[in-house]
Amino acid sequence: MTDQVRSPARAHPTTGTYLAVAAVLTVVTLVELGVFYIPAFRPVLAPVLLVLSAGKFCLVVMFYMHLKQDHRLFAAILSAPLLLATALIIALMFLFGSWWLT
Amino acid sequence: MTPASAAQYTSTGLDTRKLAFWTFLGSECLLFGTLIATYLIYEGRSLSGPTPAEILNIPLTSISTFDLLMSSLAMVLALAAVERGDRLWARVWLATTAILGSVFLGFQVYEFTTFVHEGLTITTNLFGSTFFTLTGCHGLHVLVGVIWLTTLLILSFRNKLEPEKAMNVEIAGLYWHFVDVVWIVIFTVVYLIQRG
Repeated sequence: MTDQVRSPARAHPTTGTYLAVAAVLTVVTLVELGVFYIPAFRPVLAPVLLVLSAGKFCLVVMFYMHLKQDHRLFAAILSAPLLLATALIIALMFLFGSWWLT
Repeated sequence: MTPASAAQYTSTGLDTRKLAFWTFLGSECLLFGTLIATYLIYEGRSLSGPTPAEILNIPLTSISTFDLLMSSLAMVLALAAVERGDRLWARVWLATTAILGSVFLGFQVYEFTTFVHEGLTITTNLFGSTFFTLTGCHGLHVLVGVIWLTTLLILSFRNKLEPEKAMNVEIAGLYWHFVDVVWIVIFTVVYLIQRG
């Protein structure tokens, strides 16, 4: 049965990598809170937080969901709807005039 | 090749269950995309309070966010334990993931209850409607994940979660991590970037 398997999946990351990713996720979350509470960051709050959030998103997807090691088709299957959803959010915010609402 | 990737022959060479599940997660992206879009469109348009700035508890939500991030760590450690046939640590990490997920739900129940006592319900204003719909939908996904993890834990105690069954744990893990990444976005967009 398994002789016919041609899955290109490689070995998953090590426990050390998982722990390192968890440490980075914790630090980035603390940085997010710092950015939220420090008034000096107020003018750039949204872009900085969105970049940090995107970084955390990528770390979980690449290392914990194993997209970094898995077949690229899985990444494509996730990326296409993700991009569509992002475009939908941006388009609707423009349409309803809520892009720079403060 | 990992035990979880050992599968029957398919024309793509990929496990069909995993392929189907990634497709499902793609559809979930669109579900949460529409809910987040709805929240953002109506944010700051409520005619009466409470507003997000008045009611959201950032320190408490930060703790629940950390809790969910750590549950993802426990989930990958559970998968690694199942793949190497380590029953004890597979049970420990699966139980840890389910417990951390339950703690997150506890935080959410506490948050919702507090909001209702402070006068914010799903019918109070646009913020209440969109906030409870978005975070409630996410909470339901966490609840499904906790139930799923509990069934895997029961299977493990019945010695039915051997390395050749690791794909079952990997797929549950994909679901759990997806719930985690959705919360990463919600935490930033709803809690930290408050525009109204």
